[in-house]
Amino acid sequence: MIPVLLILIPLLTGLVTFFIKDEKMARAWSLITSVGTLAVSVAGITVFKDPGNLQRQYEWMQQLGSSFSVKIDGMGQVLCLLTAIAYPLIFIGTWKTQYKKAGNFFALMLLAQAGLMGVFVAMDALLFYFFWELALIPMYFLCSQWGGEKRIRVTFKFFIYTFLGSVLMLIGIIYLQSQTPDHSFSIKSFYELELSNETQSWIFWLFFVAFAIKMPVFPFHTWQPDTYEQSPTATTMVLSGIMVKMGLLGVLRWLFPVLPAAAYGWGNVVMTLSVAGIVYASLIAIRQDDIKRLVAYSSIAHIGLMCAAIFSENKSGMQGVMLQMFNHGINIIGLWIIVEIIERRFGTRKMSELGGLAQKAPAMAVFFVIIALANIALPLTNAFPGEFLMFNGILNSRSSFYLLFTIFAGLGIILGAVYTLNMIRKIFYGEVNAVTGAAMDLQWNEKIALGIIVALIFCIGVYPQVLLNMTDEISQAIINKRHVLEAISK
Amino acid sequence: MQNALQIVYLIPLLPFIGFLINGLGRNHLSKSMISLVGCGTIFASLVLSVWAFIQVKNGNAGTVTYFNFISVGDLTIPFAFQVDQLSAIFLLIITGVGFLIHVYSTAYMHSENSPHFGRYFSFLNLFVFSMLLLVMGANYVIMFIGWEGVGLCSYLLIGYWFRKQEYNQAANKAFVMNRIGDLAFLIAIFWIISRVGGVNFADVFAVAKGEVLHRGFSETDITVVTLLLFIGATGKSAQIPLYTWLPDAMAGPTPVSALIHAATMVTAGIYMIARSNILYSMSPVAMNVVAIVGLATALLAATIALKQNDIKKVLAYSTVSQLGFMFLALGTGAYVAAVFHVMTHAFFKALLFLGSGSVIHAMGGEQDIRNMGGLSRKLKITYITFLVGCIAIAGIPPLSGFFSKDAILLSAFTHNKIMYGIALFTAMLTAFYMFRLLFLTFSGKFRGSQEQEHHLHESPAAMTIPLIILAVLSIIGGFVGIPEIFVHGGDKLTAFLSPVIPQQPAHIVSHSTEYFLMALSTGLMIAMIIFAWIKFRNYRRSEAAGFGKVLENKWYVDELFEKIIVQPLHKLGGFLKSTIENSVIDGLVNGVGKVVNYGSRQFRLLQSGQVGNYVLLMVASMVLIFAIQFFLRK
Repeated sequence: MIPVLLILIPLLTGLVTFFIKDEKMARAWSLITSVGTLAVSVAGITVFKDPGNLQRQYEWMQQLGSSFSVKIDGMGQVLCLLTAIAYPLIFIGTWKTQYKKAGNFFALMLLAQAGLMGVFVAMDALLFYFFWELALIPMYFLCSQWGGEKRIRVTFKFFIYTFLGSVLMLIGIIYLQSQTPDHSFSIKSFYELELSNETQSWIFWLFFVAFAIKMPVFPFHTWQPDTYEQSPTATTMVLSGIMVKMGLLGVLRWLFPVLPAAAYGWGNVVMTLSVAGIVYASLIAIRQDDIKRLVAYSSIAHIGLMCAAIFSENKSGMQGVMLQMFNHGINIIGLWIIVEIIERRFGTRKMSELGGLAQKAPAMAVFFVIIALANIALPLTNAFPGEFLMFNGILNSRSSFYLLFTIFAGLGIILGAVYTLNMIRKIFYGEVNAVTGAAMDLQWNEKIALGIIVALIFCIGVYPQVLLNMTDEISQAIINKRHVLEAISK
Repeated sequence: MQNALQIVYLIPLLPFIGFLINGLGRNHLSKSMISLVGCGTIFASLVLSVWAFIQVKNGNAGTVTYFNFISVGDLTIPFAFQVDQLSAIFLLIITGVGFLIHVYSTAYMHSENSPHFGRYFSFLNLFVFSMLLLVMGANYVIMFIGWEGVGLCSYLLIGYWFRKQEYNQAANKAFVMNRIGDLAFLIAIFWIISRVGGVNFADVFAVAKGEVLHRGFSETDITVVTLLLFIGATGKSAQIPLYTWLPDAMAGPTPVSALIHAATMVTAGIYMIARSNILYSMSPVAMNVVAIVGLATALLAATIALKQNDIKKVLAYSTVSQLGFMFLALGTGAYVAAVFHVMTHAFFKALLFLGSGSVIHAMGGEQDIRNMGGLSRKLKITYITFLVGCIAIAGIPPLSGFFSKDAILLSAFTHNKIMYGIALFTAMLTAFYMFRLLFLTFSGKFRGSQEQEHHLHESPAAMTIPLIILAVLSIIGGFVGIPEIFVHGGDKLTAFLSPVIPQQPAHIVSHSTEYFLMALSTGLMIAMIIFAWIKFRNYRRSEAAGFGKVLENKWYVDELFEKIIVQPLHKLGGFLKSTIENSVIDGLVNGVGKVVNYGSRQFRLLQSGQVGNYVLLMVASMVLIFAIQFFLRK
């Protein structure tokens, strides 16, 4: 019942929100329902975690070979938890931001949450595709209606990219379905497929391009900085914190086990792209003046590492990715909350125009420094165990270029420190100027949201095993599945 | 006795609690309260460290495991502490010297207002916490946590006066240079995991020694791992090529410099290699690299120190140089001598830095020794203690520096005569620049402004008492390692450390040679001091010229790094941003977009910006694809 609830609560309450005209009501309503979703999600991990509660199957488009089949596995637990925690944090953190037609704004946000939950729990390819689109469509509206000056052009670009990806993926899904003996979209049928290496090889790219655009991995990334920059920050948080995980989950659940030979064969290519992307995005991040674009490029680098780690094909890498999916979401939302505050208070996101904020807003400075340091994976913050396991995975991968990959990905650690510390220095240190002279420190809502984020950063940083235990079984299953299939395909 | 050691977690935890109290309460607590918390927690750690030391001395060394930090598949990384002879000595140095620096800070930082005072003490506590974690960790990962932790704390404290962007730059530089080393350390850890399957010291060393049958930790692997670890150590312990951050690190308050240079941070690299001595002893290649880099750094830094005019910069380069000596010791297999020098160096370098702080305090913030002189009359305690520090670092018997440096020189002598010659020459330079510093600061006529002269005063007791204690330690600290030729069984340190650092088969030199070497070095040092006395007793200001200029500008290494690393990367970033990203990749995408736009305008089906139409398009395409699929099946 849990997965159905996780989809239905945001879906229904989101539809209701369209009819709430009062801004405060809409805001409060969305927060309350998102807390409700969080409660259900936590219950699914703690109290009702027996398998019966975590899966459901209903009839749905039976004639096409599809069914409404949902299940929360270990990876789903982590990602549903992330989605469920992120939403209240986003609503609290941006509590003071004003929106025109707020009812519609919050309604679309909640619909996107329903779509995201669906993507994370769908065990039927068509259903997966359906939710994939359900999550994206509200994003277009949010970005084009509430975005910045260049929103039209940027949304168009975003659309072209993701549309291209979606179409390719749909073709792939339909082809795979036609290859199954029972013409079914169910994940089980997909997993039992035994395709020739040649077929796997080209189908791989249909899926991978779609997922690579979503993550995004170099060179499919240029929609991302523009979209992050132009979207309203709450939307950017959903996009960067949660939605990018759709791509990673796609690779882990729908690509790897289904097309194992291709994943193995193309592994070096994908890892090269990912690792090149880390260095590429980090170098560009160093030259950014706009905070939003800097964080956007930093996110490309981090995602690149995750993508490379998936293709390391071992347990350390896989579990590192699954842990990091959660951490990356939490941390980047924290960064956006502060970016949003800065933009709202000072009317600029240019670091060259800011400075000295630590004197005027010490609490903000402390939170920002902690979250920024978590972003560069300092030990005892949440990102460290994640990155540690991922790097360990890459170095221990079977790729013959394992050492090169590790070193180049490692450059990201150094360059990450460069741009992150420069960002801190330019925004918070130095003398105050005309722009930052009258700065106010954090308000209660911001303190609550950031306080929760920092607490999560340290708790997971000291005891990452909480999340690692959840993903233990599923990561093993993905790897075993691969091994079995490899043996067959030989 | 495992249970008794269980409580050692309090040793790092207490400073961490102090960090939390002062960090969170900095706006509410009074300065005396902050001082009490800051110093009190470190003192409690010191007491516990003494207790732990006694436990170890009574044969209760051991490892305590608290929980599994990471457990994935076959890999388990426990959160465990190891309390043995080596870590016990470091615990005493860290908490002991650290405590004195804390006490000193209460007076030195007194003019700061209370939120900043609280911030300062919270960072100081965090620094000690990280360093304690580093030396107590029972595996490479826990060590790495402390390792990056001290990097963070140095960043926070170097940039403590964050309004000056110049200081912040120095802080960033420290962090980034450390991170370069950290990356090598990390790769070393992964390498170990891939070969050994675990990171616990005990397991790794057992596999290396072949005590445990394993799929193979070959000699090549050991060389790779030890070299990578050494790159890590060059970052933290400021060796070539990653040393340039340390002299810049004096941007922080002076007690912080004392903490970085003496009790924490820079000794981490020495500790790491001493801890891994079993691995290093198995790789002659790595040993040679360590010795050569150490020696080269010692010499390079000593030449630079000759011409520096900032009191703290001279001390900073002397630290780099002394660390070079320690690496020389490690590289020649004299691990105990390196640890010994860490200890004595902690005493006299903390003393010298705190003494320089006392001078700067009296001079109203002045750091240029060309503007000082004749301070001995006004700052009696500071002068005497500083003098003790200088004699100790110069290596004059019977002060502590003599014994530890002698052990290093002797090891170099038995290893390679050329190395010994260079090391001896470097030691002579050390004596020279330290006494140049002393004479310029304390002898001759006062060269500062009248206002400064009027203001000159001895520092308060909270600053002078730590100086006196450190001076006493600098005098007697060497007696734990008296060479066997003087007193049989006098080298207590080697005996104490033997469970961790197996005694090397020593190259025995004859007693007469050993006596001769001691006499030679002592004589040379005294000669250098006299030379400095003649040259600098009545210093008159003069501009450096020729080669002196090169030394004053530190061989232009900073400028070189800027030219060959920083600027090219910066340019590459700009090129990627403006050319590749905007023109090539985005140009391609926008081209596609334009085509679509053009097509759409032709068919008047949709207008860009109308998202509704995109959705329509998407639904339509889905229907289309399903239709195709439907026909395909037929």
